[in-house]
Amino acid sequence: MKRVVITGMGIYSCLGKNLEEVTKSLYAGKSGIGIDPMRLEYGYRSPLTGIVERPALKGLLDRRSRVCLAEEGEYAYMATAEAIRNAGIDLDYLEKNEVGIFYGNDSSAKAVIEAHTTAMQYKDTQMMGSGAIFQSMNSTVTMNLSTIFKLRGVNMTISAACASGSHAIGLGLMFIRNGLQDMVICGGAQETSYLSMGSFDGIGAFSVRVDDPTKASRPFDRDRDGLVPGGGAATVILEEYEHAVKRGAPILAEVAGYGFSSNGANISQPSDHGSAIAMERALADAGVQAKDIDYINAHATSTLQGDAFEAMALDHLFTPYHTPISSTKSMTGHECWMAGASEIVYSNLMMQNSFIAPNLNFENPDEYSKNLNIVNKTQEKNIDIYLSNSFGFGGTNSALVIKKIK
Amino acid sequence: MQREEVIKIVNNFLVEEIEIEEDLLKEDALLKEGLHIDSLDFVDIVVIVEKNFGFKIKPEEMKDVKTLGQFYDYIAEKVK
Repeated sequence: MKRVVITGMGIYSCLGKNLEEVTKSLYAGKSGIGIDPMRLEYGYRSPLTGIVERPALKGLLDRRSRVCLAEEGEYAYMATAEAIRNAGIDLDYLEKNEVGIFYGNDSSAKAVIEAHTTAMQYKDTQMMGSGAIFQSMNSTVTMNLSTIFKLRGVNMTISAACASGSHAIGLGLMFIRNGLQDMVICGGAQETSYLSMGSFDGIGAFSVRVDDPTKASRPFDRDRDGLVPGGGAATVILEEYEHAVKRGAPILAEVAGYGFSSNGANISQPSDHGSAIAMERALADAGVQAKDIDYINAHATSTLQGDAFEAMALDHLFTPYHTPISSTKSMTGHECWMAGASEIVYSNLMMQNSFIAPNLNFENPDEYSKNLNIVNKTQEKNIDIYLSNSFGFGGTNSALVIKKIK
Repeated sequence: MQREEVIKIVNNFLVEEIEIEEDLLKEDALLKEGLHIDSLDFVDIVVIVEKNFGFKIKPEEMKDVKTLGQFYDYIAEKVK
């Protein structure tokens, strides 16, 4: 079976617009969460969100490419351009070699809503313009990136709620491991427009701790009151190990294991059993045991139920080993469709720089998290192997095990 | 509206919004082959024309409009 490595990474999030900025934010434990005034005007319960600046793409991309890119596609372009550069490849390489793409995305609400508004105003669909269709489809990110970067390999979007980005990497692993592709661009993207998250806010899932936005996302803490949405995009370049060696590529880490499961139960409520199955499968797939894991990047979003169920699963599998755990969502908010990919980038940056980014605002444990080793201040730590969890609505679970290449 | 004013408005949106190089905007420039306006660009031009001139381009009326000069004439005729 072929080995799969990461040879490039890129990130565009509320923690920074590139790997260097994000590394500094992670180490400093700097929150990217703030208030979006448009959400108050629109009728949200909570105006809290990860604050992500739209990139200026004029001069970087031609008009046709820009017109077809939705907000999350812009972020994905920035992250992917950085990842490609760091992998030591360019447009010429991509045109001459078969490279695929699996990218997590599960909505493009702004384009849909704006097209509807235009149609209602003019009673004429042509007034939506030429970009609306390409921006509004769920596969908007992969259809645009595959065009911009001239990709000719496997090409599809993975929609799996808040586990989309993680499953995208898992599927990239499978395709390369089985010899179907030598290189696949994987990642996840998340829109942050106020038009994209109203219905999520409407079910009362968001924190309303607006007095101090940086304190609002508090995964595993006793006094958490909901998640804070965030967004941006993250990209990793997955490559077959021998292919990467032959190319002289920078080898950043090995994607060693992927585990998945589905709870087969409630649409919104997670499951300790289902998430544990995904984690156990990822460990077995990587050929390691729970005691071997140096760090866990938890899914924990700061919701009452979600964190409790994950804490139960982590307690069951890892408490005997006192494994360090943190949820970077304490800094970024919940990056939803992007989170499974961004948290691989965040964790890889920690592994490269030998530290664990803090689980901000973990001040008091609850009955579920009391046995866990939750790191609430930046900790210097060598990480050789880590686990990253992602769970989503409908009970979809994904877990990835990543190893340092020695 | 005078033809000169139509030219000014059309050239402005072709440069600013469709991002065609100003040097290419000659009366005899072919819309497709010369200015590289494709069918998707034309959808956006229909939207811009409606917003700027207040009428909707009908595809059947555009059959004989091949050059930029003919396009100016078509719009000028509509808004005169």
